[in-house]
Amino acid sequence: MKFVRAFFIATLTAFVVGFWATAPASARDTLADIKQRGKLVVGVKTDYKPFGFLDPSGKVVGIEPDLAADVARRLGVTIEYVPVVAANRIQFLQQGRIDLMIATMTDTPEREGLVGIVKPNYYDSGADVLARKGSGLNTWADVRGKTLCGIQGAYYNKDVQDKYGATLQSFTGTAEALNALQSGSCVGFVYDDTFNLPKLNDPQWSGYECKLPSIEALPWGVAVEKSDDKFLAYMSDVVKDWHKSGLIMSLQKKYGLPVSEFAKRMNAEANHK
Amino acid sequence: MHIRLTFMYDMGERARMLHGFEMTVWLSIVTIAASTVIGVIGVWLLGAHSVAVRRAVDGYVQFFRNTPPLVQLYFFFFALSPLLSVHVAGGGSRPMLGNLFWAAFSLSLFAGAFNVEIFRSGIEAIPRTTLEAAESLGFSRLQTFATIVFPLAFRIGLPAFTNNVVNLVKTTSLAYAIAVPEMLYSASQIWSDDLNVPEMMSFILVAYVALVAIVVWTMEWLERRLRIPGYGM
Repeated sequence: MKFVRAFFIATLTAFVVGFWATAPASARDTLADIKQRGKLVVGVKTDYKPFGFLDPSGKVVGIEPDLAADVARRLGVTIEYVPVVAANRIQFLQQGRIDLMIATMTDTPEREGLVGIVKPNYYDSGADVLARKGSGLNTWADVRGKTLCGIQGAYYNKDVQDKYGATLQSFTGTAEALNALQSGSCVGFVYDDTFNLPKLNDPQWSGYECKLPSIEALPWGVAVEKSDDKFLAYMSDVVKDWHKSGLIMSLQKKYGLPVSEFAKRMNAEANHK
Repeated sequence: MHIRLTFMYDMGERARMLHGFEMTVWLSIVTIAASTVIGVIGVWLLGAHSVAVRRAVDGYVQFFRNTPPLVQLYFFFFALSPLLSVHVAGGGSRPMLGNLFWAAFSLSLFAGAFNVEIFRSGIEAIPRTTLEAAESLGFSRLQTFATIVFPLAFRIGLPAFTNNVVNLVKTTSLAYAIAVPEMLYSASQIWSDDLNVPEMMSFILVAYVALVAIVVWTMEWLERRLRIPGYGM
């Protein structure tokens, strides 16, 4: 009994000390840490082609790893990629496991309260339609009265039905919706353009096109730790330069995506000034 | 606590919710009727002379009872339906039968299998002496079935049949998986847009309870109406 009590007190103390030790310290100075280490640690996706994925040799490649490599080049350090997913990307940043996060994260007010999101936004993503060739869907006015497949719960479904007048058949997963599209139950699949556009490079989808422009676009953000104002300001300049130099557009071309309206617009704005 | 039943004041959502409710009612009526017919025919064929026919009915019952209704729906709509395609103008093809048909078809077959077993249990409860009496009076097999056996079997199996009908009304909600705009599908659209999941969930729960209550009252009325004095039912 005495042993149990001692063990219990020891565990409790360990917990308390442990929590105390991991309490957030004063504001981080990531730039200094990176320079001292000689290495930039970046969180990227490794399962989302073409934004962050593994090539056949197992190397991390994609639009976002390339952007991260550009940051490392500017800082004159080496780079280390840490694979992240949506469920842990913010947490890794908060815990200091990564210095920088470029992982297809949509910029929302809720997330702005958790991490420091770099402005200007570096990318955006909306909804477009993967349509069978010859179905005559050239503008959004053409979807009126047509049957489109979709995914249940997507934020743009309401507008697709009410504003554009399409009949929407929403399924629970992309596999079901794509099956319905291929069997001809619907003329097009309305989903995130980041999912639809890479399909055009897939030989299985050679009979399909994405002619419609993206609607309901939401911006993405590069993220740093919340209290790190110095790094935030630095990355803001970096992103501005990305737009000015057209790096985003050239990376889209490199990985087989059509150049997005957002990238073109940001490039034009940056060079106008 | 702020309660937001957004479809009460948004006309578009109200129309969608109402349409969803109508679709559930329609699906329930169609599948109840079709599965009852399937049950009657199935149990009639179970007494056929041909072994092949009896085996076929047994196989049908085994298949549709032993597989989950959602898997059946997926199979019919995603695997079978594309094989029954017609060509469209301008190239390509389109399935002949839409998701509404397949939902009604699949659920009817599912409930029909259970009905066959329910009616069979009713038939086996009829005393052999009654059947022998009918045979000795010169009733043909069809006459015995239609005027004596099935009316009694139906009355005996009525509680289990009510069970099956109630189950069927609730199972229609599975049709949302093949994009049939019934009540659950419509509600999920609304709560995705307005993030009022607790309110919408409570509403459709109440709606399903109300719908099932109507079904149960109808079946209880039927039970009273069909009561045979002296038969103890």
